Amino acid sequence: MTTTTNALTLDIPAGVPWIDFTREFDAPVAAVFEAHRDPEVVKRWLGPDGYEMEIDEYDFVSGGTYRYTHHTPDHGSFSFRGMFHTVRANDFAVQTFEFEGMPDEVAIEFLWFDDLGDGRTRLRGRSVGRTVEGRDAMVQSGMETGMAQGYDRLEQIVTAR
Amino acid sequence: MSERSDEERLDAAFAALADPVRRQIIARLSRGPATVNELADPFAITKQAVSRHIQVLEQAGLVTRTRDAQRRPVHLDPAALERLTAWIDSYRLVHEHQFRRLDAVLARTSRDTSPKEQTP
Repeated sequence: MTTTTNALTLDIPAGVPWIDFTREFDAPVAAVFEAHRDPEVVKRWLGPDGYEMEIDEYDFVSGGTYRYTHHTPDHGSFSFRGMFHTVRANDFAVQTFEFEGMPDEVAIEFLWFDDLGDGRTRLRGRSVGRTVEGRDAMVQSGMETGMAQGYDRLEQIVTAR
Repeated sequence: MSERSDEERLDAAFAALADPVRRQIIARLSRGPATVNELADPFAITKQAVSRHIQVLEQAGLVTRTRDAQRRPVHLDPAALERLTAWIDSYRLVHEHQFRRLDAVLARTSRDTSPKEQTP
């Protein structure tokens, strides 16, 4: 097992309604894909730290639907729903994404699983919002969560692995 | 006095930091409080101009000035800077956390299924 952490690259360009990210994993593409497909595994990593994820449905296939709720430690909850438009094993997925607290602000999320050929995988994503304002609001909601988690967690992060 | 929203405070802070002179003043103050004279020293601009920059930083809530002391040294407000970095970092933070958990999940999966050779 490696001790270094792969860097997350975020690109949030001004004036356009999308966010790009790139992240590599020390695992084969099939394992990374499976971690997105199996709801029991998804539960273990998706969403903000310290939130419990409750899955109502999660069918990671073309035409499948999903709905889940993140429960915050202070008994708040945030629900999300959408549809997997296309899912190709070990390759690609595109889905809709809606935070139920902001109905109709549906984002389209693209996900590419790049096999790097040496047992490593590069995950690339683009989330496209309806408007620049909507995208910024999404980043801001991340801000609130991030602030709630607080800087005391930074230490945990840097010493985690 | 009307309470400014977080949004307005962030706007003011980012606008204040858009100026290179004010960024240098902030950098200097990160090492400790300083008087206007001390802050004006490295710049080839008038003390009045530096005073105006400090006023902008003050209005943006990034620095404070001690009222009673004669020297009226300027202090950096670390909480204000933290709000800025939090705004930039927190979206990243959430995603970092998430992907680190995915790392852990994947590491466990590969341990459970096939004993993979170690990556340097």
